[in-house]
Amino acid sequence: MSLLEVSDLRVQFETEDGVVQAVDTVSYEVASGETLGIVGESGCGKSVASMTILGLTRGPQTTISGRVMYEGRDLLALGADDLRRVRGNDIAMIFQDPLSSLHPFYRIGDQIVEAIRTHQDVSRAGGRARAIELLDMVGVPEPSRRVDDYPHEFSGGMRQRAMIAMALSNEPKLLIADEPTTALDVTIQAQILELLNDLQSRLGMAVILITHDLGVVAENADRVLVMYAGRIVEAGSIDQIFHDPGHPYTWGLLGSLPSLDLHRHEELPQIAGLPPSLLAPPAGCHFRDRCPHAFDQCMKVPPLESRLPDSPEHRDRCWLTAEQKHDLRTVDGRIGLQAPGARAS
Amino acid sequence: MTAGSPLLEVADLVKHFPIKAGVLIDREVGRVRAVDGVSFTVAKGETLGIVGESGSGKSTLCRAVLQLIEPTSGSVRFEGRQLVGLGQRQMRPLRRDMQMIFQDPFSSLNPRQRVVQIVGAPMRLHGIASGSDLKREVQDLLDRVGLSPEHYNRYPHEFSGGQRQRIGIARALATRPKLILADEPVSALDVSIQAQIINLMSDLQRELDLAYVFVAHDIGIVRHVSDRIAVMHDGKIVEHGPARQVCSSPTDSYTKKLLAAVPVPDPRRGRRAGG
Repeated sequence: MSLLEVSDLRVQFETEDGVVQAVDTVSYEVASGETLGIVGESGCGKSVASMTILGLTRGPQTTISGRVMYEGRDLLALGADDLRRVRGNDIAMIFQDPLSSLHPFYRIGDQIVEAIRTHQDVSRAGGRARAIELLDMVGVPEPSRRVDDYPHEFSGGMRQRAMIAMALSNEPKLLIADEPTTALDVTIQAQILELLNDLQSRLGMAVILITHDLGVVAENADRVLVMYAGRIVEAGSIDQIFHDPGHPYTWGLLGSLPSLDLHRHEELPQIAGLPPSLLAPPAGCHFRDRCPHAFDQCMKVPPLESRLPDSPEHRDRCWLTAEQKHDLRTVDGRIGLQAPGARAS
Repeated sequence: MTAGSPLLEVADLVKHFPIKAGVLIDREVGRVRAVDGVSFTVAKGETLGIVGESGSGKSTLCRAVLQLIEPTSGSVRFEGRQLVGLGQRQMRPLRRDMQMIFQDPFSSLNPRQRVVQIVGAPMRLHGIASGSDLKREVQDLLDRVGLSPEHYNRYPHEFSGGQRQRIGIARALATRPKLILADEPVSALDVSIQAQIINLMSDLQRELDLAYVFVAHDIGIVRHVSDRIAVMHDGKIVEHGPARQVCSSPTDSYTKKLLAAVPVPDPRRGRRAGG
């Protein structure tokens, strides 16, 4: 049974320049204990979709529709007070930049204690003891001393550990991690991801891992959603996404990574052009303009559906047939998007 | 690559920043050894990749090489000429041959200047072009870096991140340099745009016989663009060699750690235990 079920989520922002369709008919499920990766480039709606679950995008300029079912309740329909009881308690979130997510004037420990006491009836001393325990669990050295440090006294990696400690303080069933390691060095990133994996298996929580880094997804997620210009363009297991990708945008993303097999001075396969403005995205498939394989039918929005009867879990939003996809996605012996104008030989 | 003397020759370069304390009289209580005895060479038309994590001294190294900050000691020779100790006035004509591309395409372009002013300024300063020539030269450069020449009169905010980085590249090319130091030129960009900028830099290198010092934290990208790689850690180069060799059979323990930490975008190859 799924823990979280998002259906037909749409988020629109009214701006001076017009209406931005940031998230467009996004539907997905998260099962208990699993890691769902959401990948996409800046502005694809991956953060907005996840923040909306927790009501963090609500405002006078925002129009939200759809359903977000969590334990039999629609989170989108909850009032501010009810939602506050879910946020940080059942569902917690960690953000990209650990420095701006921590209050610079308050000690790390006090901030964790506040998160605990918001949802649990414990004394200050009890909260402090729990904070030390949490800091210890996430690998902060000398937690009983460092609990009294201010955020600026922590390094970037330690701050992100503190954020994780805070997020885990009420043992959430779902953790939304929005680019949790993007601001960190690779060696620190590896430590933080290992920590998250370890905590996840110990606590049995589900994780939504939002990232632009395909490597991070490949190593940490069970299933992946690929988002482009507000829509999910492909969904599947990591093996399906990385080894049998169905959407040309996914091919382009995979192809544009520098690979071990690629020689120096060889052209890095690229996706031509820029992502569309969400104020006026192209009609039909949003990727149409940048896709060398676009044809007449792409003027209509393709549904997100399975193209192969034997893998119903693997869905994409592209009109090409499974055979066409299979033939078109190989460029110079690896998965990639053909250069514009180049025709398959 | 081996013929003749190198374009750039850096020997035992040191940049220490003093840590000062005291109320009225500053006392030096310690030193940050940002660059601590670094040596390397770059030949004409070649790319040297410098990889390291934040705080390893990569950016300080770039700035010390270009004499934007004064090195504590060591030598930087460009076409055989010693740069350390030269005054600003003596450095200026040499700057024409050595340009820099910065990481952040948002803060490295003056938001109140039009593209023609940003890209044209180095040409005016070095007396390469002026007047109506200037506009034509700027438009040529915009075309060369894949921007529309008609956009010469726009402001930086009218461009996307990738396009702004193209403006930064056009500015670096404006003086027709022989060497470009690129400090994390693609790390602020999205994956699909990164590939565009990397390809552009490679094309320009071939056309113009440019040498690059390509500084980045992403060893995958550094390996793709570089002939040779130097790995920096705590202000020192801990490993240095041909790109493939450094990446496929590293000898230094820090290089090994760095390579092992890079996530592999292939679930069949690089699955983290536990998952």
